[in-house]
Amino acid sequence: MCLGIPGEVVEILDDRPDLAKVDVSGVRRAINIGLLENEKLEPGDWVLIHVGFALSKIDEEEAKAALDFLEGIGQAYADELAALADSRIE
Amino acid sequence: MRFVDEFRDADKAQALAAQIAALCEPGRQYKFMEVCGGHTHTIYKHGLEDYLPESITLVHGPGCPVCVIPMGRVDDAIFIARQPDVIMTSFGDMMRVPGSNGAFFDANAQDADIRMVYSPLDSLKIARQNPDKRVVFMAIGFETTAPSSAMTVLRAKADGIENFSIFCNHVTIIPAIKAILDSPDLRLDGFIGPGHVSTVIGCRPYEFIARDYGKPIVCAGFEPLDLLQSIYMLMLQLAEGRSEVENQYSRVVPWDGNLKALQVINEVMELRPYFEWRGLGFISHSALRVRESYAAFDAEQQFLVPGVRVADPKACQCGEVLKGVLKPWECKVFGTACTPETPIGTCMVSPEGACAAYYNFGRFTRERVKEATRT
Amino acid sequence: MTSQHQQYRELSREEQVLARIEKARSRKAKLKEERITLSHGSGGKATQTLIEAVFLEAFANPLLAPLEDGAVLAAHGGRLAFTTDSYVVSPLFFPGGDIGDLAVNGTVNDLAVSGARPLWLSAGFILEEGFPVADLERIVGSMAAAAERAGVQVVTGDTKVVQRGKADGCYVNTAGVGVIERPLELGVAAARPGDAVIVSGPIGEHGITIMLARGELDIESEVTSDTAPLNGLVERLLDAAPGVRGLRDATRGGVATICNEVARAAGVAVVVDEEAVPVRPDVRGACELLGIDPLYVACEGRLVAIVDGDQVDAAMGALRSHPLGEGAAVIGRVRDDPPGLVLLKTSFGGTRIVDLLVGDPLPRIC
Repeated sequence: MCLGIPGEVVEILDDRPDLAKVDVSGVRRAINIGLLENEKLEPGDWVLIHVGFALSKIDEEEAKAALDFLEGIGQAYADELAALADSRIE
Repeated sequence: MRFVDEFRDADKAQALAAQIAALCEPGRQYKFMEVCGGHTHTIYKHGLEDYLPESITLVHGPGCPVCVIPMGRVDDAIFIARQPDVIMTSFGDMMRVPGSNGAFFDANAQDADIRMVYSPLDSLKIARQNPDKRVVFMAIGFETTAPSSAMTVLRAKADGIENFSIFCNHVTIIPAIKAILDSPDLRLDGFIGPGHVSTVIGCRPYEFIARDYGKPIVCAGFEPLDLLQSIYMLMLQLAEGRSEVENQYSRVVPWDGNLKALQVINEVMELRPYFEWRGLGFISHSALRVRESYAAFDAEQQFLVPGVRVADPKACQCGEVLKGVLKPWECKVFGTACTPETPIGTCMVSPEGACAAYYNFGRFTRERVKEATRT
Repeated sequence: MTSQHQQYRELSREEQVLARIEKARSRKAKLKEERITLSHGSGGKATQTLIEAVFLEAFANPLLAPLEDGAVLAAHGGRLAFTTDSYVVSPLFFPGGDIGDLAVNGTVNDLAVSGARPLWLSAGFILEEGFPVADLERIVGSMAAAAERAGVQVVTGDTKVVQRGKADGCYVNTAGVGVIERPLELGVAAARPGDAVIVSGPIGEHGITIMLARGELDIESEVTSDTAPLNGLVERLLDAAPGVRGLRDATRGGVATICNEVARAAGVAVVVDEEAVPVRPDVRGACELLGIDPLYVACEGRLVAIVDGDQVDAAMGALRSHPLGEGAAVIGRVRDDPPGLVLLKTSFGGTRIVDLLVGDPLPRIC
């Protein structure tokens, strides 16, 4: 259920503070940000978009932590493969 | 695309797959349910199962809000759409979901005016542009989508738009999970939690799953690496004998959810005593309706909805398939009364549902398909 | 009973079910709906059923049977290609073109992918009472310009006016005739294992342009339609690579539908490499936002070529040397098994079956 896509806030509309213009890979749409009124969104923030509403502000630190974890597992795997390759040479 | 492409990296997937395989106990079979239809879509779209060992099976859960709408509600919606001067609006997914007498597309082919919208707010725009029409939004979805419908009702009220209402079919995920957990023949080892529902309800509502039923659950994101990582986290819990609620999707899901969204839902909607799910039957407190104080925006109060109830044929064993007890082809009506052209249960409605996928491609084994793409 | 016996019984029951499905699948197509729905015009499964159950049933003849983009006719010792297409696009004017360009380019392209040099077009107009003459002039002006660009003449025509409300402003039908001068038998049924699948440029631009131009989705973008005449490109391709087996322009149903047509017509598997499929970032952005797959989105100036595996370099060189083929890419290969199936090797490294859609791709929320 529930297609949600990350988009970058490019503009908070002056006349409609509950709307923000959001960019998704080069296409833009006005999104309702009323569900994130406590987040004080600014241009450059990333939000999760669902049916024209921003549901959640994306936490950059948490995203980085997730990527670091994946990076770590990837590195360990690469090291293991390298070790395996070395051991075969010998 | 940021926050998307990083989580689709094939090299990292291989590394994660190796970690997952290393956690498999020899001879043990693992079954995890991805509750959410969006996850089912990710698994299918990216071919994620290619990375899983034979001993891990993913069971596709009840979380496709379109597929679980019973035929009677589709019939009711078409009834409303046929009333004089009505424009109905709907998400695209709903257009082909069959009622007992065809889907929205078929209704349009006769006399209805059912339009696709991207957002409920677009329905409000249509209502503004057509003051002489009554615009009804076919509201569907889990807690992810309910706040958007509720916000739209609040907006309509604030702007004094009187020709707009919603036909509320919002459902709630926890009772559905509970119904599955309570079935005596359950054979699941853990749950992949619905990430986007959790942006609204948070992770706490799942605590009973770990505490009372002893099953691990990991709230997962929607990119394929999110899912692989969540499966890894489930396997780790099992290996270490834990059953906890964990949040893999912390970049989007706050542990406590979105309080504002919950407030908005609660302002406009309340729980129904019970609601029928296609294939699963009646589940108590599993859906939302519009509160009396917003009756002016409730299509069920604005129109004399017949409340059609179309019984699922007794032989439909969707519930068993959903729970992973039966394979699609073991269902009594599979391939005879129930086909992708004439679906009975939810597993056949969506092309990604277990039964539809098996009907279309069951003859090609996974091995044969993989062999063809080997270079 | 031993477990082996049980296993055998279970297997045979599954096989029975599969056999029953297979039987149902091979039954003659039958139209279940009592009325036409939009899905019947989408190019997907519903369209196929309509064509097989209604049109082929009534018109059955060997020239129609291959269901290529145009019919190939023998005439006075030579060969002609003949095709027709109707255009009902809404809105009539969109970024990158209008219904006039489409009506000329679409028919030119159907002739070009039949291996013909397009020469003559007819133009039929169905106009709604009240339609602005200025708009009609603009559309006809586009048609004239497109015809000149493609080197064809509009040599006959027809006009009908229907009551207000009975049409959406303006519909255009074009038919076209071209000569086949090469000793070539083009047809996707000739695809064989080892062939390459080539697309002539980034996909999905026309379909996304139209979807966004309707304004209902309120999405802003710089995507423009790719509508263009492909006859020059096809000439160059066929000059360089006589091992081209079949060509299709990837209109309704997109590249995924074409690949399915190839797989079915030739009884082969088509394996597409997702990573290799060219998609502009903004087309992808719109697709992600709406939950649709660019593989199913229409193009109006892109072709899919099935080319002998040994002539890939020649074919790619020829395509890329032409302005309309600069973005050409080898997106997949033809294999022998499983016959009739299109498979996608995903960027993520997995595999998925690419089926025909029932109807148009619709925006999803889940």
